[in-house]
Amino acid sequence: MPGEYSPYTLIVVLLVCAVAFALTPLALAWVWAKKYSPRKPGADKNAIYECGLESKGDAWIQFRSEYYLYAIIFLVFDVETIFLLPFAVSFTGLGAGACIGMLFFLLLLVEGLVWAWQKGVLTWR
Amino acid sequence: MDEGLRSELSKQGIFTTTLEDLYNWGRKNSVWPLQFGLACCAIEMIATSMARYDLARFGAEVFRPSPRQADLMIVAGTVTKKMAPQVVRLYNQMPEPKYVIAMGACAISGGPFKQGYNVLKGIDRYLPVDVHIPGCPPRPEALLHAFMTLQQKIQDQRLDGPLRPRHLDPEGASEFLVPKFGARDLEPPSNPKVWRPPAPARTE
Repeated sequence: MPGEYSPYTLIVVLLVCAVAFALTPLALAWVWAKKYSPRKPGADKNAIYECGLESKGDAWIQFRSEYYLYAIIFLVFDVETIFLLPFAVSFTGLGAGACIGMLFFLLLLVEGLVWAWQKGVLTWR
Repeated sequence: MDEGLRSELSKQGIFTTTLEDLYNWGRKNSVWPLQFGLACCAIEMIATSMARYDLARFGAEVFRPSPRQADLMIVAGTVTKKMAPQVVRLYNQMPEPKYVIAMGACAISGGPFKQGYNVLKGIDRYLPVDVHIPGCPPRPEALLHAFMTLQQKIQDQRLDGPLRPRHLDPEGASEFLVPKFGARDLEPPSNPKVWRPPAPARTE
């Protein structure tokens, strides 16, 4: 057997081929663009795209982060309903452990409700 | 290589081409239009891109909603003076090489609204239009014909030399003048680098 054959040699060859296959077109395009695509930046071209209109004001505005309150209220009322319905349907066949577990789950959600109540979210302004 | 030898080789089943032709062949078969319509011509443009007329046969079905990705601006419809600055600005925001097809009577001349106070009398007053299509509105076949004309134009563009197109000239303009709203008309009423009023014809 002539020489030592490493099973990883083929993988290295394939890896080099794969990288070259990906990079060669990019390099060719880059060289082509250098010669045949002169860069032409301009005030309009570099401007923010606003459907042809000139942009007004600053794009770096802050969004109000109060949406999380809606998420919590949604979780309390919607997810609670989803889990309460099968719980109520199979209530007679459940043991004491399942009931205590479900009450603990309810307690967790009610805790969120109490917290939102204290924040004054439920008061109409 | 002269044409005779190329023809002789092609008879033997040997296809020869130049890098220039290959480049233009690729470009002309992947022209992406900008997705915007101004008036009823846009309906015909939509019909052209649909299955019955199938603009996809020419590699131009990919209508891009952003000028950053578009090569071709099909000005389909009446350009009002209110809209003209936006159209020119969109053209300015497209990357080179870029082309313009003025579709329909309104886009090339103002059409039936030419006497209107608020209608631009042809987008070629501000933009370098490559192909004009008459018609009110032009049928999809007319748009296809205009597109094939544009493809021929792209195929004939040279990479070097004094006749090379604007986008290959580092000094060539990439942005064109965006008109401003004046008291009575757009200011200026036309871009003198692109369009000059024809000399008045005198009839004796």
